Amino acid sequence: MARMKFICDAERCIECNGCVTACKAEHDVPWGVNRRRVVTLNDGVPGEKSISVACMHCSDAPCMAVCPVDCFYRTDEGVVLHDKDVCIGCGYCSYACPFGAPQFPSNGTFGLRGKMDKCTFCAGGPEANGSEAENEKYGRNRLAEGKLPACAEMCSTKALLGGDGDVVADIFRTRVLTRGKGSEVWGWGTAYGKPTGTK
Amino acid sequence: MTLKTLVGLACAAALLVACGEAPQTAGTRKADNQPWAGAPGDPYVASGWKPGDQASWEEQMRKRAQGQNEYSRAAAQ
Repeated sequence: MARMKFICDAERCIECNGCVTACKAEHDVPWGVNRRRVVTLNDGVPGEKSISVACMHCSDAPCMAVCPVDCFYRTDEGVVLHDKDVCIGCGYCSYACPFGAPQFPSNGTFGLRGKMDKCTFCAGGPEANGSEAENEKYGRNRLAEGKLPACAEMCSTKALLGGDGDVVADIFRTRVLTRGKGSEVWGWGTAYGKPTGTK
Repeated sequence: MTLKTLVGLACAAALLVACGEAPQTAGTRKADNQPWAGAPGDPYVASGWKPGDQASWEEQMRKRAQGQNEYSRAAAQ
C-alpha cells in the first residue's frame, strides 16, 4: 500500500465548497473550525483558479516535528493523525504548517482555545475504530468502513481526488494527457520554471 | 438561615469547584488501530471487502479510488 494522498485538479475545481460542506457534515465539525477550505487565486479575474486545501498528510510533517508533547503519529497508510488526549492546544503546529491545516475550536464557557483539530483523512484517531469516543473526538472513520474521504468522494466535478497516492496520481495523469493541459497550474514547471535549453 | 450557615455553604461550594476540574496529567500517545481491521458494530461498513483482511481492504481502496476516475467508468471520447 502506498501513501494516502489528496490531489486537487485546479482545472476542474469550481469553488462550490461541496468538499467543505461534506467534511463538516460527515464529522460534525463545530462552528469556527474548517478542516478543509477552498482557496481561489486571482478571484474575480478571468481565468481564476481554485483549489481545495486541507491537511496534506506530509511525508515529513512539520507539525510532527515541532509538537512539544509528541501527540502526532503517522499511520502505515501515511495518514498524519494526532491524539487529542495528549494535545495541549499550544498552537505550535499551526505556526509550522504551511497549509494552515491545524484548527482550534473554542472550548468551555469562556471560549478558551481547545485542542487542535484537523483533517484526519477520514481515518479517525487512536480510539477503537468506529467507537463513540473516536467519533466524538475525530469524526467518522471512513477508512475502517472501506471508504475514502467524504470530501473527495462527494466532489461533484471530481476535482478533488483522494486515496492511494499512486492511484490518484495515475487518474490525474490520464486526465492531463487526455485534455492536453492542466499540468502547468501545478508541478515542476510552475515551481521551478520551464527548462531553457539543453546542456 | 443564619449567616454562619451561608458562609459555610459558600466556603464548601468554593472548595468543591476544584472537583469539576479536568485532569491535567500528561498522557502518552495511544497506539493506532489498523483501518483494515474494520469497525465492529458499525452499520455503515461498505460491502465488497472482508474486515480483518489487509489485502482485501487494499483492493477495496483501489476499487473505490477508481470511482473517481471517469475514464474507467465511461469510454473516453
